[in-house]
Amino acid sequence: MSALQLIFGQLSLKSLPFWEMLKHPTRENLVNGSIATLAAFIVLAGGGIAALLITRHRKWRVLWTEWLTSVDHKRIGIMYIVIAFVMLARALIEANIMRGQMAFAFGGGFLSADHFEQFFTTHGTIMIFFMAMPFLTGLINFVMPLQIGARDVSFPVMNSISLGLTAAGAMLVMVSLDLGKFSTGGWSGYPPYTEAAFNPGVGVDYWIWAVSLSSLGSMMTGINFAVTIYKKRTQGMHFMRMPLFTWTALVTSVLMIFAMPPLTVATGLLALDRYLGFHFFTDHFGGNFMNYVNLFWLFGHPEVYILILPAFGVYSEVFSTFSGKTLYGYKSLVLATMAIGVLSFTVWLHHFFTMGQSANINAVFGIATMLIGVPTGVKVYDWMWTMFRGRVRFTVPLVYGLAFAMLFVIGGMTGVILANPSIDFQVHNTQFLIAHFHNMLVPGTLFGMLAGYHMWFPKAFGFRLDERWGLFSALCFIFGFILAFFPLYGLGLLGYPRRTLDWFDPVYLPYMVAAFVGALIILAGLGGLAVQLVVSIRRRKENEVPAGDPWDGRSLEWAIPAPPPEYNFAVLPVVSSSDAFTHAKEEGTAYRPPREIRDIEMPKNSAMGVIMCIGGFLAGFGLVWHIWWLAVAAALAILTALVGRGFVRDTEKIIPAHEVERCHLRWLAIVAVTRPVSRGEELDPSNAGLAADALAETAE
Amino acid sequence: MSAAPPLEHPGINLGPAHPETKETKEKRGELLFGFWVFLMSDAVVFGLLFATYAAMLHARAGGPGPEKLYDIKSAFIETLLLLTSSFTFGMASLALKYDKRREELLAWLAVTMCLGALFLGFEVHDFLSMFHKGGGPDRSAYLSAFFALVPLHGLHVTSGIVWMLALIGQIRVHGIDRDVKLGLLRLGLFWHFLDIVWVAIFSTIYLGGLA
Repeated sequence: MSALQLIFGQLSLKSLPFWEMLKHPTRENLVNGSIATLAAFIVLAGGGIAALLITRHRKWRVLWTEWLTSVDHKRIGIMYIVIAFVMLARALIEANIMRGQMAFAFGGGFLSADHFEQFFTTHGTIMIFFMAMPFLTGLINFVMPLQIGARDVSFPVMNSISLGLTAAGAMLVMVSLDLGKFSTGGWSGYPPYTEAAFNPGVGVDYWIWAVSLSSLGSMMTGINFAVTIYKKRTQGMHFMRMPLFTWTALVTSVLMIFAMPPLTVATGLLALDRYLGFHFFTDHFGGNFMNYVNLFWLFGHPEVYILILPAFGVYSEVFSTFSGKTLYGYKSLVLATMAIGVLSFTVWLHHFFTMGQSANINAVFGIATMLIGVPTGVKVYDWMWTMFRGRVRFTVPLVYGLAFAMLFVIGGMTGVILANPSIDFQVHNTQFLIAHFHNMLVPGTLFGMLAGYHMWFPKAFGFRLDERWGLFSALCFIFGFILAFFPLYGLGLLGYPRRTLDWFDPVYLPYMVAAFVGALIILAGLGGLAVQLVVSIRRRKENEVPAGDPWDGRSLEWAIPAPPPEYNFAVLPVVSSSDAFTHAKEEGTAYRPPREIRDIEMPKNSAMGVIMCIGGFLAGFGLVWHIWWLAVAAALAILTALVGRGFVRDTEKIIPAHEVERCHLRWLAIVAVTRPVSRGEELDPSNAGLAADALAETAE
Repeated sequence: MSAAPPLEHPGINLGPAHPETKETKEKRGELLFGFWVFLMSDAVVFGLLFATYAAMLHARAGGPGPEKLYDIKSAFIETLLLLTSSFTFGMASLALKYDKRREELLAWLAVTMCLGALFLGFEVHDFLSMFHKGGGPDRSAYLSAFFALVPLHGLHVTSGIVWMLALIGQIRVHGIDRDVKLGLLRLGLFWHFLDIVWVAIFSTIYLGGLA
């Protein structure tokens, strides 16, 4: 081994995205090399511009003290969502390039097979692990402690570490654009194709370590949320009084605790195969890749419900808030959520009906799969009855909700079709499957997260998002989705397989073109979100909601200022019913000055999250490129930091009572001079976050 | 107050010698419950590796099997060492609970650590002799499964020892303060959990493999 190899491992000039193109300038290499180089440039330029702007506005100190080292659940939640949006942008652009390839792929297209494989692998990996997971984790982080009347999560520093690990994984995926390549094995990374024998080089290793880092983070997040909900509810917040979003957060956390370990085991064993010559999933020496498939989907199926349940929670809040009604069938929704949580562990085998088990086993798992449709169906009816005869307002979150309710039912129907093993044999591995799971995850998870983003943004930042651009974006997402994915059902029935580079039968053409146009419309929707954010920040003065309750909210997070103070509640609320804040407003006890305000103890900032992020990233990077000294050094640094943290005692700070009281009274003074608005004026600049009495409004 | 105090389960409380306020009691509850939940998650990892081992037990690719590779005497000694270390950790927990002298607590921790280290020594020796007999993890899927499961347990024991060293360091710096006590309670759960996993390893892998 040369000295150069000792220092740089496998890293060399060949790892640069334009190297191949310069050495062998064929047409294919030039096209793919240019795309890759442009992407690499965008990553570097994006990072550079961000750093430049921070330097120019002298914000490094603010970034460090108020964000990166903050252990405040609200700020950590916001940072998760920032990661989600950045990764969403990348994965959506990739989706458009893929759809572009498919539209022009009659007899070829412009992407090379290897490049196309990287596209669908990164697209899937990012959308699941670095878009959906951070988005829902961020949303739960921000909302759930507020809803249960807590001042923070149970383990604030661990929360920051979870964020750091997720960010480290996302950074590995991003760096793979600049150095080397990403996996070509799909988001599920099935061996033996992903074994070293067939897939040497760094691609699969990037995938393994990125996914492992994020799954560790998610497991810790699950523990954190579950303990918070079990132990930190405020006085009177019984389980059956918790808002439904908190219920879904609880079941999601339990799923994270038990479903992340199978993924860690699967990627860990694959890493042992690749790095140390083990034989778990190789096709000789007794290895059996079916073990991987089982392990992966033991994680993978509960994961589907980790992704969808928080969205169900958001929709429950959206339908109830924007209809001005108590959630219909609260108990049935809670039971349905728990039933889905349990059933999610009993259906993993339907991901591989065709891979060799007996018909009887397939039948059992097929029936279990169809059963999940029952609690989900119950939920859809509950949401419909919630809107029935309510004071329904067609705000952006509700528009997403309506689209979800209709599209999700269609996706669910195709799911029941796929749950039948004999039909699955016909359409498995075709575009029909692609259409089905996008039909669940786009209107389900993504729309749900976007609805939540619109609903709670004013709570987080103190001003509402621009409604017109929000509506534009929502309609683009909805109709773009329909155009992009409904044709894929047809393509699948015509026999077009998934993950296939090109085609030779002109019958596919109209479907492909329609899907490409749909993808472009979705991209316009993402652009709409960006414009909306800029416009909203510019007009933040006229859309301010300092009183904190712009939507006539029902749960405790609306009972406090927007943005909330670090400690959330000046005095922890006492709850005596469900819809706690609505109840308080009806009783006239909301906005009452508290009798006694005490000192509040809050956790101090900690650099542990940043250390874990950098350490995790460097360890992963070292392992990917076989730079052993780097991997070992980073691991030792992580260990030292963990042990060292145990010696720290000065972890709490006191926010004095007079300070809390001053802020609280200032807010109450604002509330006192704020004009209450009726639901009809909700989107008007006059909505400063104080809701008029809903009963009085009905009486008018 | 005539009502009986709420039931406190053994092993996750500090006993009457350590008075608590409402806040510290809540803090303890969160920490220990959280650690329980982590152990459940960790148990899933071990469970899956046991399942993998069971699935691959006969995938030997013509390589050596348990009868040639396992040394039951050594595994039995390891079992005794680890079970004894659980007992001595229990003594350390009692020293903490009844607020005995600091030296007593430290002595029991030191004994526990030595037993753990001895266990690891025997285990490494076992692994080396398996390598020597041509039974490394790259020989067959069965051996891969063995070397994923058993050394992972050893790795856990190693981290338990590192944790114990860190806690002894903390005792030297801060004395037996609240954080040290909470650390010892959690480490206790961890250490006994590893014992349970080892009992499963010994009974299914070693005894089951040689039966």
